[in-house]
Amino acid sequence: MPSKPAGTLYRGREGMWSWVAHRITGVGIFFFLLVHVLDTALVRVSPHAYNEVIGTYKNPIVGLLEVGLVAAILFHAFNGIRLILIDFWAKGPRYQRQLMIGVGVVWVVLFVPFVIRHLTHVFGG
Amino acid sequence: MSEIAAPRSSSRARNLKGGGRNRSGQTNFELYSWLFMRLSGLALVILVLGHLFVNLMLGGGITALDFGFVAGKWANPLWQVWDLLMLWLAMLHGSNGLRTIINDYAEKDQTRFWLKALLITAALVVVVLGTLVIFTFDPCLDPNSTLSVCK
Repeated sequence: MPSKPAGTLYRGREGMWSWVAHRITGVGIFFFLLVHVLDTALVRVSPHAYNEVIGTYKNPIVGLLEVGLVAAILFHAFNGIRLILIDFWAKGPRYQRQLMIGVGVVWVVLFVPFVIRHLTHVFGG
Repeated sequence: MSEIAAPRSSSRARNLKGGGRNRSGQTNFELYSWLFMRLSGLALVILVLGHLFVNLMLGGGITALDFGFVAGKWANPLWQVWDLLMLWLAMLHGSNGLRTIINDYAEKDQTRFWLKALLITAALVVVVLGTLVIFTFDPCLDPNSTLSVCK
């Protein structure tokens, strides 16, 4: 079996998968952003048009999609900070495994309270 | 030692103008782009997480979102500036990210050109529209509005 090329954090294992996930979440967030600016622009059309469309954000299926959106945003945000630390902090590359765990911990700590609160709003009548 | 290729970047892509390391006679565009992603990313963590916290966690969360909620927020210049910064930085950050992805995966010159043309058009429309909406917002658009500012 050929040995893994030395000197890269970005091939194979969790470094590569976080890179893939960063791209996928980034693209997803970008397309949501396009839609979100367009739906917000309806405040210039009429209060009724805006309320009608924003009403769809409150239905249970879209409510669950919002959980996915926030999950993606939180990952992209804190994985991005990990990338900054690896690029700019001299000890970043050495602690990259710990930084990855840190991303997971912060993600859980922020995501869990959000899910509880948001689903209470969406399903709580 | 064998060459370590950037993931999915073809050797052709690396030979394109501006696609490689700074060489004499070329600009530092890719360096500034790389730096911009990190700086805007840091600002966006605060802007976007603040936006999500105020709109989805506080008060009634998603159930409280309506025209009146937007009117209440944009009555405060802080939220106008917040949303404007978020709009511009997020669109530039996202568009630049998509530009990188197009460069990585679209191998034909024609495909790259049209995808980027589409991307720039979409980004311009959204940034201009969003900016106009923030600055021309009228809470009393509806003459029969029951919002307190309109009485």
